[in-house]
Amino acid sequence: MTTSDLESSPKRNPLVGLVEGVGNGVLGVFQTVGGLVSLAVSVAVWTVRPPFRLQNLFAQFDFVGVGSIVLVALTGTFSGMVFATQSWSAFELFGAESLVGPTVALTVTRELAPVFSALMVTMRACSAMCTELGTMRVTEQVDALETMAVNPVQYLLVPRVLAGLCMVPLLTMIFDTAGLFGGFFVAVPLKGLSVGTFVLRTQNLLAPADIWEGLAKGAVFGFTVTLIACYRGYNAHGGAKGVGQATTRAMVDAAMAVFIEDYFMGLLFHP
Amino acid sequence: MSAEPKTPPMISVQDLWKSFGDNQVLTGIDLDIEEGSTCVILGGSGSGKTVLIKHMIGLLKPDRGKVFVDGEDIVPMDDRDLERVRRKFGMVFQGAALFDSMTVYENVSFALREHSELSEDEIRAKVREKLGVVGLQNVEERYPAELSGGMRKRVGLARAIVLDPKIVLYDEPTTGLDPITTDYVDDMIVTAQSKLQVTSVVISHDIASSFKVADKVAFLFKGKIVAQGPPQELRHNPHPELQHFLQMWFEKGE
Repeated sequence: MTTSDLESSPKRNPLVGLVEGVGNGVLGVFQTVGGLVSLAVSVAVWTVRPPFRLQNLFAQFDFVGVGSIVLVALTGTFSGMVFATQSWSAFELFGAESLVGPTVALTVTRELAPVFSALMVTMRACSAMCTELGTMRVTEQVDALETMAVNPVQYLLVPRVLAGLCMVPLLTMIFDTAGLFGGFFVAVPLKGLSVGTFVLRTQNLLAPADIWEGLAKGAVFGFTVTLIACYRGYNAHGGAKGVGQATTRAMVDAAMAVFIEDYFMGLLFHP
Repeated sequence: MSAEPKTPPMISVQDLWKSFGDNQVLTGIDLDIEEGSTCVILGGSGSGKTVLIKHMIGLLKPDRGKVFVDGEDIVPMDDRDLERVRRKFGMVFQGAALFDSMTVYENVSFALREHSELSEDEIRAKVREKLGVVGLQNVEERYPAELSGGMRKRVGLARAIVLDPKIVLYDEPTTGLDPITTDYVDDMIVTAQSKLQVTSVVISHDIASSFKVADKVAFLFKGKIVAQGPPQELRHNPHPELQHFLQMWFEKGE
């Protein structure tokens, strides 16, 4: 055993290790956030610069948006049904079953629709995006674009991020409709609430502002999750394993970002 | 030794330094590549070959030094000017780097669609012509995954020369190929050279290939070019590392 081995053996102050670990973690977070912000700026700049490749953009709209419709509609219906069932059993205790309609409506439009739509897009579209971009990076296809004087941020990233920004709010609307339908289905045909009560109560308590809140969240989440997927994929390195790791990190980061942003946007709308 | 050239070199690298963190990769590179010649940059793994070639096309910025391409210093250029300069280049990547979601036709026509106003018929004719230069036909509708390694390299070259570049860069064109395919790719480089009169820069650690295709070989060792000249001259250059490098091949191959 050499002296340096002895020095780094258990005698080392554990507090130093802890501080080091926390420090590195914090640094990593700052590095990622910094990277994301600079990528967002770059995406914004390249969005407004010609040439505009509408074909690429619509292909991504189709992939992110149209491809997720069924998934989001199903998730929405069942979320509404679950929420109606649970709130029914609680409201039943003090005879407030008529509030099930507005409860489902408010929860779905403000929270569940944007959050779940963004998570579904993350799972379905962002994972594919990250893997595709990562593979293109490690097989030098991104470099090939660059040597052909085509900016890869503009060619690859702009349509993907725009698709997230535009399509997640639209999916949120679909989720809203499906969720309300699910809630209605449980409360009215299954539990026996009258149609009039459900509709009137919901109309009274659900304001357009609630729907706008959900759509705004959807846009922000959609932008964030696609940006994160693009960032991780675009910066992937180290072959197939590296692409796998990039995708894992993208999924984790994107899902966490949705929940964190959701809280802060909630504060913004309801200070 | 050749006499002082009358025309300025197509690529001139002057006192180029680059480090990544503590790792000094390039330590003062000086290299001139004449117009219309084939220069092979020879070196072992980790000698800095790829980093050097990435400086030539402006994918990396040096810590110090100048890179002249066709008379212009590209080091201080911004993205827009670099894109203009990059149109003078075609690059053939180690793994071909074909866009695997596109057919051969879409791959080769990609740069034409991006940078020219040609009609579909003109594009089709141009793609045919370039695939003809690299000796391929009836592959337009196939995907890269359906081609052999050698064919992929050829499509990569066709894609690289579609805008009629002045310079073609080859990144390790024969690495990982079997001897017959290696021969096929060497022939491709020589043929493309004679048909197109471009300036070619090849980075390689394959001595046999290098000696076959090169007008000039530059030996890169630990971030410096320690010897350069025509292949036959280099064979007798006394530099110990170069001799060591060459010996390994001549022992194995002859």
